[in-house]
Amino acid sequence: MEQGTSRLKRKQARGQFLMALPLILFTVLFIVGPIVYMVVLSFLTRGETWGVVPEFTLKNYGDITQPVYLQTFGQSLRLAVISTLLVIALGYPFGYFMAKLGPKWKKRTMLLLMIPFWTSSLIRLYGWIIIFRAGGVLDTVLQGLHITEEPLKLLYTYPAVVVGMIYALLPFMIFAVYSSAEKLDFSLVEAARDLGASPMKAFLTVSLKLTLPGLLSGVVLTFVPSMGLFFIADILGGNKVVLVGNVIQEQLMKAHNWPFAAALSVVLLVLTTVIIWLYRKLSGVKDLEGIV
Amino acid sequence: MKNRTRLPNVYLGVLLALMYVPILLVIVYSFNESKTSAVWGGFSWKWYEQLFRDEDLFEALWNSIVLGVLSSCAAAVIGTLGAYGMSKVKFPLKGAVEYVSTLPIMIPEIILGMVFMAFFSLLGLPFGMTTLVIAHTAFSIPYVFMLVKARLVGMDQSLLEAAQDLGAAPARVFFDITLPLVAPAIASGMLLAFAMSMDDVIISVFVTGVGTNTLPVKIYSQLKTGVTPEINALCTLLFVATLLLCGLAALLGRAPKKRKSERT
Repeated sequence: MEQGTSRLKRKQARGQFLMALPLILFTVLFIVGPIVYMVVLSFLTRGETWGVVPEFTLKNYGDITQPVYLQTFGQSLRLAVISTLLVIALGYPFGYFMAKLGPKWKKRTMLLLMIPFWTSSLIRLYGWIIIFRAGGVLDTVLQGLHITEEPLKLLYTYPAVVVGMIYALLPFMIFAVYSSAEKLDFSLVEAARDLGASPMKAFLTVSLKLTLPGLLSGVVLTFVPSMGLFFIADILGGNKVVLVGNVIQEQLMKAHNWPFAAALSVVLLVLTTVIIWLYRKLSGVKDLEGIV
Repeated sequence: MKNRTRLPNVYLGVLLALMYVPILLVIVYSFNESKTSAVWGGFSWKWYEQLFRDEDLFEALWNSIVLGVLSSCAAAVIGTLGAYGMSKVKFPLKGAVEYVSTLPIMIPEIILGMVFMAFFSLLGLPFGMTTLVIAHTAFSIPYVFMLVKARLVGMDQSLLEAAQDLGAAPARVFFDITLPLVAPAIASGMLLAFAMSMDDVIISVFVTGVGTNTLPVKIYSQLKTGVTPEINALCTLLFVATLLLCGLAALLGRAPKKRKSERT
């Protein structure tokens, strides 16, 4: 009898392992494999005109320290920080207030948020082109109100890219903060107020502290992708705003310098990993809040 | 007191309205007779007529639908079986495998695009639908996996034990009890994966072949070069499709969120 159950258990365990097998195989073959290859590639030499020569070199990493590329990393980081700060400023209150709504309005607001969120990002980007282009909607409105005289020529400028980034990333912050704030017991805030805390103090010591995991998750969800969204910089920034993503794309598609593109990606990956690691340390949560 | 409750709601309303402005403009201008979006030349259907004659765009749309269906179905099978299997088995490196399998939605997409492009050309795979499906499946699996995993954790274990005690074989338990219970999570995950796939520019740009355009790639290249109001018309139709999808998602119980850097 004893032997029978253990055999059954073993059979069951084998079945369960077989179920997990496709995931394990896919992960090893198509995620671990490519990433390992990227790391290897970043230490190889570029071929004369095309391809890669299997000779070890550190040149690709050395190239990154050229002022041009350091500047690109700097610019990417700066844009990511600016976008993230603005997304926090706009999205945190939204998620927080939304959690305070009644159940019916919560549902409606959620649906209203979902629709633009699910709409193709290209459609939304295109809308901004219509708004920003010279003689576009924004110019027409501002000139009509006699606020400005000349066209602003906002398309293909830095602010246009920032707006595009905010617009693309804001929902992630809102969802992350909301999922945290929804679990918040607002009577705790009232208790703090009753005990004499100022509204500011009550917010900082109770609300902010308890919604911090959501806020941090939102920061990761906006900061990390913002460094790679090359098509927003491309479409709204013209050639004026160059991000790490743009350089990687250019090195791959135009310059055909794959080892250098790989080295840039490795640096970006390390940066990302550090940010996610910091998030886990700070918030003590394993999975990102509000990610799915 | 009244003012204190009203101000936040005004903020919510204004920000929501702002989110719709760009989309509404695209829709309005799709009916614009004039070719430049600066002037209003009167109402017209002509861009829609032109759109329906554009075979390239329809081919791109078809490619995107095929790609979305194939990759979300593949992700549903791999992700669901994986989440179930992983919840039961123990082996060294299990945590690492789980972490790495969700990596595609954590790291900037540009990195995924780059590594896939390099890896596929190393393997000598022909760039086109095959490479697109593999790449899209990779970033679709985490959505299904994470949603199903969360659902499994919240599941009433006594149901499974009851079925087992009554003599059901493990396979029977899985198909008769577990699968129906996690079905909503699978559906949400697939819908999410499908939407992400239909919207993906970054990864697709890198792994697509010469002859295989997906819709986002095609729109992206048009936005970069010259835009015709035809694109407005197409975007409007896509928006209508999105509304229908959102309705479907609402019917499925709870509207799932998508991630992505724009993951778009």
